[in-house]
Amino acid sequence: MARFGMVIDTAKCVGCMDCVVACKTENGVPEGFNRDWITQDVAGKYPTLHMEIRSERCNQCENPPCVYCCPTGASHVHDFGGVVLVEHGMCIGCKACLASCPYDARFIHPDGYADKCTFCIHRVEKGLDPACVSVCPTHCMTFGDLEDPNSTVSRLLTSRKYHTLIPETGTKPHVYYLV
Amino acid sequence: MNSLSRRRFLKLSAGTISLAAAGYALSARELKAPAEKKRGIQKIPTYCDICFWKCGAIAYLKDGELWKVEGNPDDPLSRGRLCPRGTGGVGAHTDPDRLRAPLIRKQQRGEEIWQEVTWDEALSYIAEKMQTIKAAYGPEAVALFSHGIGGNFLKHTIKAFGSPNITAPSFAQCRGPRDVGFRLTFGEDVSSPERTDIKNAKCLVLIGSHLGENMHNSQVQEFADAIENRASIIVVDPRYSVAASKAKYYLPIKAGTDLALILAWMNVIVKEGLYDKEYVTKYGFGFDQFASLISRNTPEWAYPQTGIEPEVIRETAREMARYKPATLVHPGRHVTWYGDDAQRSRAIALLNALLGSWGRRGGFYYPVSMDVPPYPYPEYPKPAKPKVDNPNNKYPFAHETITTGIRDATLTGSPYPVKGWLVYATNLLHALPNEQETIKAIQNLDLLVVVDVIPSEIAGWADVVLPESVYLERHDDLNVEWFREPFIALRQPVIDSPHDQKPNWWIAKELANKLGLSKFFPWESIEDYFRQRLSAGGYSYEALKKKGIIRGKQQPIYFDEGVPAEFPTPSGKIEFYSLQLQKAGFDAVPKFNAPDSGPPGSFRLLYGRAPVHSFSRTHTNRILSDMMDENEVWVNSDIAERLGLASGQYVTLRNQDGVVSTKIKVKATERIRPDCVYMVHGFGHTAKGLKHAYRKGASDAQLITRYITDPLMGGTGMNVNFVTLEPAEA
Amino acid sequence: MHELTTTRHNELVDPLLHIWGWEIPVYLFIGGLVAGIMIISGYFTLKHQFKKNVFSSFYLPHISLILLSLGMFSLFLDLEHKLYVWRLYTTFKVASPMSWGAWILVLVYPALWLNTLIRIPDRFKGIIPIFDRLSTRINEHPFLIKNIGVLNMLLGTLLGMYTGVLLSSIGARPLWNSAMLWMLFLVSGLSSAAAFVHLIAKDKYERQLLAKADNAFLTLEIFVIGGFISGLLTSTSVHIEAARLLLDGPFAAAFWVFVIALGIVIPLFLQLLAVNEKVRHTPIPPLLVLSGGLILRFVIVYAGQYSHYMHQVFGR
Ligand SMILES: Nc1nc2c(c(=O)[nH]1)N[C@H]1C(S)=C(S)[C@@H](COP(=O)(O)OP(=O)(O)OC[C@H]3O[C@@H](n4cnc5c(=O)[nH]c(N)nc54)[C@H](O)[C@@H]3O)O[C@H]1N2
Ligand SMILES: Nc1nc2c(c(=O)[nH]1)N[C@H]1C(S)=C(S)[C@@H](COP(=O)(O)OP(=O)(O)OC[C@H]3O[C@@H](n4cnc5c(=O)[nH]c(N)nc54)[C@H](O)[C@@H]3O)O[C@H]1N2
Ligand code: SF4
Ligand code: SF4
Ligand code: SF4
Ligand code: SF4
Ligand code: SF4
Ligand SMILES: [Mo]
Repeated sequence: MARFGMVIDTAKCVGCMDCVVACKTENGVPEGFNRDWITQDVAGKYPTLHMEIRSERCNQCENPPCVYCCPTGASHVHDFGGVVLVEHGMCIGCKACLASCPYDARFIHPDGYADKCTFCIHRVEKGLDPACVSVCPTHCMTFGDLEDPNSTVSRLLTSRKYHTLIPETGTKPHVYYLV
Repeated sequence: MNSLSRRRFLKLSAGTISLAAAGYALSARELKAPAEKKRGIQKIPTYCDICFWKCGAIAYLKDGELWKVEGNPDDPLSRGRLCPRGTGGVGAHTDPDRLRAPLIRKQQRGEEIWQEVTWDEALSYIAEKMQTIKAAYGPEAVALFSHGIGGNFLKHTIKAFGSPNITAPSFAQCRGPRDVGFRLTFGEDVSSPERTDIKNAKCLVLIGSHLGENMHNSQVQEFADAIENRASIIVVDPRYSVAASKAKYYLPIKAGTDLALILAWMNVIVKEGLYDKEYVTKYGFGFDQFASLISRNTPEWAYPQTGIEPEVIRETAREMARYKPATLVHPGRHVTWYGDDAQRSRAIALLNALLGSWGRRGGFYYPVSMDVPPYPYPEYPKPAKPKVDNPNNKYPFAHETITTGIRDATLTGSPYPVKGWLVYATNLLHALPNEQETIKAIQNLDLLVVVDVIPSEIAGWADVVLPESVYLERHDDLNVEWFREPFIALRQPVIDSPHDQKPNWWIAKELANKLGLSKFFPWESIEDYFRQRLSAGGYSYEALKKKGIIRGKQQPIYFDEGVPAEFPTPSGKIEFYSLQLQKAGFDAVPKFNAPDSGPPGSFRLLYGRAPVHSFSRTHTNRILSDMMDENEVWVNSDIAERLGLASGQYVTLRNQDGVVSTKIKVKATERIRPDCVYMVHGFGHTAKGLKHAYRKGASDAQLITRYITDPLMGGTGMNVNFVTLEPAEA
Repeated sequence: MHELTTTRHNELVDPLLHIWGWEIPVYLFIGGLVAGIMIISGYFTLKHQFKKNVFSSFYLPHISLILLSLGMFSLFLDLEHKLYVWRLYTTFKVASPMSWGAWILVLVYPALWLNTLIRIPDRFKGIIPIFDRLSTRINEHPFLIKNIGVLNMLLGTLLGMYTGVLLSSIGARPLWNSAMLWMLFLVSGLSSAAAFVHLIAKDKYERQLLAKADNAFLTLEIFVIGGFISGLLTSTSVHIEAARLLLDGPFAAAFWVFVIALGIVIPLFLQLLAVNEKVRHTPIPPLLVLSGGLILRFVIVYAGQYSHYMHQVFGR
């Protein structure tokens, strides 16, 4: 059993949004919507500042509240890699999953269903990296199997310091930020 | 293929060898690729043109529609990954605001009232006007403003027509001062793509180069490599840039005082004996005079100027010395800031010389290139008059043509009148300082032709607007790049133009035909041109077509790999002391003059790049505008609070000359000094045809009514304007 | 201080989550009201008091059938993919309060209907013979009546709780992270239902009885709100911030004026006086209570969407 995750090195990310643009073209995300986005987190007082830049998206949570709350089963955990997906044809657009996601990672597609990052499962199934990962000019993103101790993602997580986003909500996110 | 020859930097444009050839008229039919849409996925290699970096790309078509553009893994520039603008290139093709057909002006200039005409009518009209101007004032009275590789064939036409007045904003509004400063010191330019060995640098100093926002692809990738390699990064910027957030040392300098800082750094390095003595002794000229001239530029002297504490100056100077010669003090690129720019750039060159980084790994490498001979064209007619931009060699070190010099001549009629402008792919109203001067100059013209892809501001003033196919729809000249490793890249159409747009080479060739210059376009189709040039170099066009790239063998690029340490300066050495400058009446070693600090209560206007946009050209690209559809004015949080302004609120900016901007959102942030404001360049469009971008955000160019001209080379220092903020209606 | 900028701009989500408009608060209010009605009329059924309380026992369940349909219609209006609504009934998801809600509603309809059958007022007899026959059948078995009462009270309680659980199960929104929310909505539903009877019933006895009950519910509601707020205030900083949305933030005016003062305190005071015959009975207090209940749902739904774990300064 694979468990996919993403490890993003904030020391290298420049916040260029290439990952966002690539997701748009790869997945035909309509104008005005985002599956991924950049957050700049600045702390301190000028000129003594610290800035963390993060490429954010659905965290493909281990405990996905968006799946639990879904009344139809449209939101589900995919067999391959534990990726959380939405079955468009089953979604009634009740938006419970949008409200349930602490990361606001979901949106309502203009066609009426809940949409979000799929970890580019259609590419991953072909052995490719997700579009955002493969385009990143700083190579700051790594994708892979967290359950395989030899995968790059696993090795990065054992060798570097990292954090996840709002872990206190208990979602067990699988997008990790190296600091 | 002697790529190490010293002459390679004397850039040869395609077309200096003569060969007689027959004229040829092209039929429009041949231009359209087969209309039938292929099912499934097609991949076609080409190279990107959202900026001038020219990254190798692969376009994907899905069922005949353009789907996405990715980096070409074979390409050394992109290393298989494009920047966000290149990835968003699809939006250039699908942009609904594009120009669709040739237009001829119907009413007053600037009113943007047009009549659609055929290509034949438009080109005949232009040719006729050009001939009239030629008859009355000579061919030199027609100037070409052209930015980017797409202009190569039009340049050829204009040279054939007999005018030497060909220019681009990339010199006097961009990298000119840098290249002059480095030429004066090392005898060579930094050129583009920059010969900076960022990925191997152990210490990287960025003086306002905001890599990561400035998305010149290979540099950003190498910047990430440097971070990965734990290079020590020093960033000097009045704004806490993205690069600053990656730095070990962030120096929040007072804008316009970098030269003082650089002099103080050199003072420390010399005084403490930290420089590369062997290198300096072996290659340097006039070091002792230099050392004595900078001896008073102590950190204590620089402190009140720059606001950087002496200890920090010392510590960072030592840090640089610690990693020499793999310490790269980046020369920057857009360096036309304060009018002292060539001297500041020269100081950067000198600092690098002290660290011994020129010609060394982790410093500046020696770029190499493939040997692809130019097309054997007939010889150009010799212009009767010299270039118009720099009369009496007023700017003695200008080695390229000065845009604003041509503008001045157009305004004044001196040294001789300029009556026709052809403008290719440069939005002069955003690119040149003081747009009123540009508009006045335009009013003196008998002909303004603009070749563009969208109805830009400059197109709005044109007599004739020619709609070009975007880069994904056309061939362009071969990119025979000077880089770390030699390669040739091909741009080729991946999809048809949606309307009656034509590629520049076709426009240039047809115009030449109408001007009776068809002998200058002896090739029948551009593919013949490629075949001729490539086979003359021993390469296969078919192979290039398939892969998009032909790579050459890796060659030595550092002194220690065998590159001869030659410096084409008058002394043949690195000129710490410049007799050239002295002779021309300038400081032989740079001296600092404090910049004007502007009217009280106002803020210095700084500007720069956003990663998802190129200048003023990408704001109607729906994919890229979706990332960022207006710019913001960055104001220090404390100042914003004092002014009662909050993030997201709209203001207008008023400059020292009373010019008021369109409304722009405030970004109240800790990331900028309290004495300046910052905005991303290129927004605030006023051309009505740019429907999606019209009046979104504000234009820095509009507020740049003042500029200080660099006395060495005519560059226009533009960071010398001051603004106040006034709340605006939402 | 943190300065957070994000480039995201999803409709309904950025800069502030606003996925649920008026439809959901209206649905939650009506759901609560119907729940209250079921409990009240179920109670009367259980206690065999439908003779004394004709309105509550017969008309009320009928009205609530209509109300419930209105509520469901407003829920339906909120769906973005309306044609797929039937998907709710091809599965049951234990973990999803929405799914529970969908199925509870399926049970609520027949329960309400059964309740109406127990005593068909003479005027309506003979209109639909099969209903009359069923009614006679039920009345032959007193334990059936009792059970229908119990069933209505039970389903009413479930329905009332569910309107709160729907929100409190959403851990992502700090304001809703409270186990008190189901109690609040249940009590508020009861007080709304009581106020509704109080407002419409013609019979003075019944009216008085429900006014008294309403006073008890309103008093309880004050305590529940107190518990809800103090629970948030003693939790993490994001929860404190969430509570402050109501206490002194952007929702404070609506909360203090419409929910607390006009929706609870003033009607409670007026009703106490009316019950003790100090002032004349007017429809004002129950109207205030009903609008207070509706506004409570709006405030909680809107402020809840406003509350967040990450506070962001938006780039766009
Ligand atoms: N105020 C201010 N001025 C500046 C700068 C600044 O930051 N601020 N930056 C300076 C610098 S560094 C530079 S390099 C210059 C850049 O100056 P320019 O090269 O003039 O850049 P743009 O403003 O993008 O104008 C490019 C024009 O070319 C058009 N175009 C785009 N693609 C094509 C194409 O394929 N074919 C044709 N025919 N036209 C095309 C665009 O629509 C646009 O009208 O500006 C300089 N001037
Ligand atoms: N995404 C994107 N990337 C681009 C381009 C683009 O259009 N879009 N254009 C390309 C081109 S042609 C060029 S020339 C480059 C330009 O990019 P660069 O050469 O890297 O930068 P500049 O535009 O010169 O300068 C902008 C930075 O200088 C800082 N600055 C301003 N005044 C001062 C000062 O007095 N001292 C110091 N130390 N810093 C100062 C600003 O705060 C800002 O961070 O970008 C290239 N890359
Ligand atoms: S593409 Fe890479 S560097 Fe750019 S914002 Fe995304 S993650 Fe960061
Ligand atoms: S991030 Fe949000 S959408 Fe993604 S799995 Fe977690 S809760 Fe669901
Ligand atoms: S919007 Fe769709 S995916 Fe989300 S909870 Fe409702 S039915 Fe499930
Ligand atoms: S993994 Fe795919 S779907 Fe998810 S953000 Fe990246 S590109 Fe978009
Ligand atoms: S740097 Fe970006 S925009 Fe410029 S050529 Fe490369 S991919 Fe295209
Ligand atoms: Mo530039």
